[in-house]
Amino acid sequence: MPTHPDEIYFMGTCLVDLFYPQAGLAGMKLIQGAGVRVIYPKDQGCCGQPAFNSGYREEALEVARSQMRCFPHEIPIVVPSGSCAGMVIHHWPELFAGETDEKQAIAVSRRTVELTQFLVDQLNLQLEDLGEPTEIAVHTSCSCRNELKVEDRIESLLSQLNQVTVLEQPRKAECCGFGGSFAIKQPEISGAMVQDKTDALHSTGATRVVSQDCGCLMNIGGALEKQQRTMQPQHIAEFLLERTHE
Amino acid sequence: MSDQAAAFKHRINTALGDEQAHSNFRSAMSMLMEKRAAQFPDEDELLEKRQRANAIRAHALRNLPQLLEQLEQQLINNGIQVHWARDGAEANAIIHQLLEAAGAKSVVKGKSMVSEEIDLNHYLQQHGIEILESDLGEFIIQLAHETPSHIVMPAIHKTKQDIAELFHKHFPELPYSEDVDEMTQQARQILRDRFRQADAGISGVNFMVAETGTLCLVENEGNGRMSTTVPPLHIAVTGIEKVVEKLTDVPPLLDLLTKSATGQPITTYFNMISHPRQAGELDGPEAVHLVLLDNGRSHIKRDEVLLDTLRCIRCGSCINHCPVYVQVGGHAYGTVYPGPIGTVLEPMRLGIDQIGTLTSACSLCGACAQVCPVQIPLPKLINRLRADSVSHQNHSGVKGEGSLRKQAEVLSWKGWRWLYSSPLRYRLFSKLATRLRGLTPSSIGGWSRYRTVTKPAPRPLSELIKEAGFDHE
Repeated sequence: MPTHPDEIYFMGTCLVDLFYPQAGLAGMKLIQGAGVRVIYPKDQGCCGQPAFNSGYREEALEVARSQMRCFPHEIPIVVPSGSCAGMVIHHWPELFAGETDEKQAIAVSRRTVELTQFLVDQLNLQLEDLGEPTEIAVHTSCSCRNELKVEDRIESLLSQLNQVTVLEQPRKAECCGFGGSFAIKQPEISGAMVQDKTDALHSTGATRVVSQDCGCLMNIGGALEKQQRTMQPQHIAEFLLERTHE
Repeated sequence: MSDQAAAFKHRINTALGDEQAHSNFRSAMSMLMEKRAAQFPDEDELLEKRQRANAIRAHALRNLPQLLEQLEQQLINNGIQVHWARDGAEANAIIHQLLEAAGAKSVVKGKSMVSEEIDLNHYLQQHGIEILESDLGEFIIQLAHETPSHIVMPAIHKTKQDIAELFHKHFPELPYSEDVDEMTQQARQILRDRFRQADAGISGVNFMVAETGTLCLVENEGNGRMSTTVPPLHIAVTGIEKVVEKLTDVPPLLDLLTKSATGQPITTYFNMISHPRQAGELDGPEAVHLVLLDNGRSHIKRDEVLLDTLRCIRCGSCINHCPVYVQVGGHAYGTVYPGPIGTVLEPMRLGIDQIGTLTSACSLCGACAQVCPVQIPLPKLINRLRADSVSHQNHSGVKGEGSLRKQAEVLSWKGWRWLYSSPLRYRLFSKLATRLRGLTPSSIGGWSRYRTVTKPAPRPLSELIKEAGFDHE
């Protein structure tokens, strides 16, 4: 992966596209602000993860294939989501195994990078905090932690913001209970997990929780709202953009 | 909902409703995670150790038939008799015959998950043989007529008050105490007499060394040593996958096993059983038998993905780190092996049509794979079994393959594919979903019991980027 590439693709992800477009825009603006041309292929949709994780691999393959065709040039593909990046990087090679376009899928997976990793490793992004002092909590997505092993990038970005204090929650490495189809098929277990997670986040006293994954944010944010707690969920890209722009 | 899904849901709801058990699991698992982490301060060193352990186990599995033959030969040379059991019924029958031939009526047993797998206690009891669990946790579970809720700490769901009451009920002659040391002493006294009187001892095995014909047994209480040395007959039972090639393969595995399981640098006892009592020796059993159980293991071995499961050394670390297990505990799984490893093992052992629904109780967070000492890719295997549950495309031959395929679910994924594999249809869909966001239902099944429903944004990202000045290729 080249350091400071001239241009990149942005894989918005279906969740960001429909529910959190501001998170996607913020990620793109952060990259563009560092002098990189950002290309958003207009035909993109979904990486296939929902079906893949539900066991429907044929369906996942066809959707992933349609997605793959949107990123033909040999430039990095930046994804503002740990789990979607993990799907492309780790599971596309498995999903496409034995298919005629397997090599292409492997090549695309090698060009794919999660947003916070890209900002730190490739762009060495320097941030100047322009905001008021604030205290936040961080929820690192399990994909960033366990699959991609880039959980420290979000901390390294936040550590550059000198007015921001990160308050550590108990059991910070524990899953929030989203897990896609898991939350639908096992709502009671998932509900108990997000209850524990939101209790832990709430106990920090922070007013905001940031994460690299909109799946986690939808789960945690939805639970916080249901519990009528005031803590606000926010994608890391939006938070960074907000702190560094007047 | 299928019968197995409904039964699973019922067990889950029961477990989630038990706040005491939940709090027991939470504090026990937190402690185990901390203790393990303290044993592995250097991440790079840990990774090297795990890679080495993985390689040792993978090597043994690749050479399984040869190593088992070598093991059998060495054991026979050492005077240990070997028996092969295709399934649990065969293993139980072999063990019963051995006991009967020796006229054994009373048995003490060390901790063995394989004996749970074949339901040995019930079988022997039905055949008039008295069998007593000698591991403290298993002893408690046996008194309570329950099953283990964890593979290493079988009574982890019990409080000390629960245990004090249990002891008081079964041994009213002993003074009531909730003091852990006192209760341990009481159990020790009860068990000591039974060891002396037992006609036979049964144990599991942690590692079998093909090179030397040695059976290794890892334990903390000394009950394993007592069970295998005091009675005149010792019968060990274990799965065929527990073999390793060389004696030097054992220390790296043992090191990771104890640290991963309980955060101990080494257990209090480590037994290496090489032969029965020799002429001139003062103790040890007169006869030692090993029952080697297949029970589907050689079938699993034929699948190059699922094969990884057989590397497991039963440390339970995946269970300790599982965010689902900590919520529901071991009994909710309804199987012998709970947690991530059980979620993989049990559908393969019992069939997807029986217990495949376990694979739905996983958020694929990956915490288990991070701590597995032999690097079993548990989330990948769970995901693979989900695919086997709804299709035959992998031809895995797992029993009940495709049996959880439901027409409604199939249709919804086909609909999803129809939408998302066509940019035109997807764009139309995202336009509609965002424009009609006011019509988003506020209740979506179980999801909205615990969360509000997130509405689509007023406009999708794909529409916003152009005006924001980005290239729209």
